Amino acid sequence: MDSQFIIPFIDSVTNVFETMLQLKVEVGTPSIKPAESESHDVSGIIGMSGDVEGTIVLGFPTASAERAVAVFTGMEMDSKHEDFADAIGELVNMVSGGAKAKFTDRKVSITCPSVIVGQHHTVTGRKDILTIHIPVECDLGNFSVDVSIRDALASEAAA
Amino acid sequence: MKVLLVDDSKTMRNIQRGILTQLGYSQIEEAVDGQDALDKVTSFCPELILLDWNMPNMDGITFIKEYRSSGATTPVIMVTTEAEKSRVVEAIKAGVNNYVVKPFTPDILSQRIQETLSRAAA
Repeated sequence: MDSQFIIPFIDSVTNVFETMLQLKVEVGTPSIKPAESESHDVSGIIGMSGDVEGTIVLGFPTASAERAVAVFTGMEMDSKHEDFADAIGELVNMVSGGAKAKFTDRKVSITCPSVIVGQHHTVTGRKDILTIHIPVECDLGNFSVDVSIRDALASEAAA
Repeated sequence: MKVLLVDDSKTMRNIQRGILTQLGYSQIEEAVDGQDALDKVTSFCPELILLDWNMPNMDGITFIKEYRSSGATTPVIMVTTEAEKSRVVEAIKAGVNNYVVKPFTPDILSQRIQETLSRAAA
């Protein structure tokens, strides 16, 4: 996957956490995620379609997710709280929307977010698209952005 | 001042409600999508609407088109992750008065609300 599709997500997750949570994040080195690797305990998922298509997953351990939601919403709540998933969904929505805006020469739509809460679950994307795992650390703990998208325009042109 | 918040995310409605309360606005109604907002505007008669774009059932752009086609002139601020220039232009053409991109700081939203209301009052 071209780095032009990864850098917008690094910039966007940094911007979302700095703006909405007043929190500096440290982004690690992106790597290809093995197909069978374990995900986290909480996943916010957004689909992309149009000239760029695929899936974005914001994945957290439970403790990091609960701390992030507490700072984001200003309310302490555990992962079973009825509003917890909504907050995680809004975070992945903002991260994906911010990155999408950087794809200036392409028309892209994003779906409404879905959220999975459950220890040690895996999220499997399309088998024909590589997933790039972006590790992120901050004072709340670690989490990740998994970007599994492809340039549909380029794929059509090559076909 | 009666304000209608239209967003499918309760988290975002709560954040916006907090900012509005700090600005001194206490008459706040909420809608979870465009259809819910259309159902509520008649009875609530908002003087300002904060409107998300991407929502299930009816999105924000469909809402604003239907709302304006009814002759309503209430100021509407689009508050959305849709940050592309083409989207901003589309929203303005459809009838929104101002635009705030998520993520936003409380200061940015406050500033947009105040400038939108000042323009509407001029």
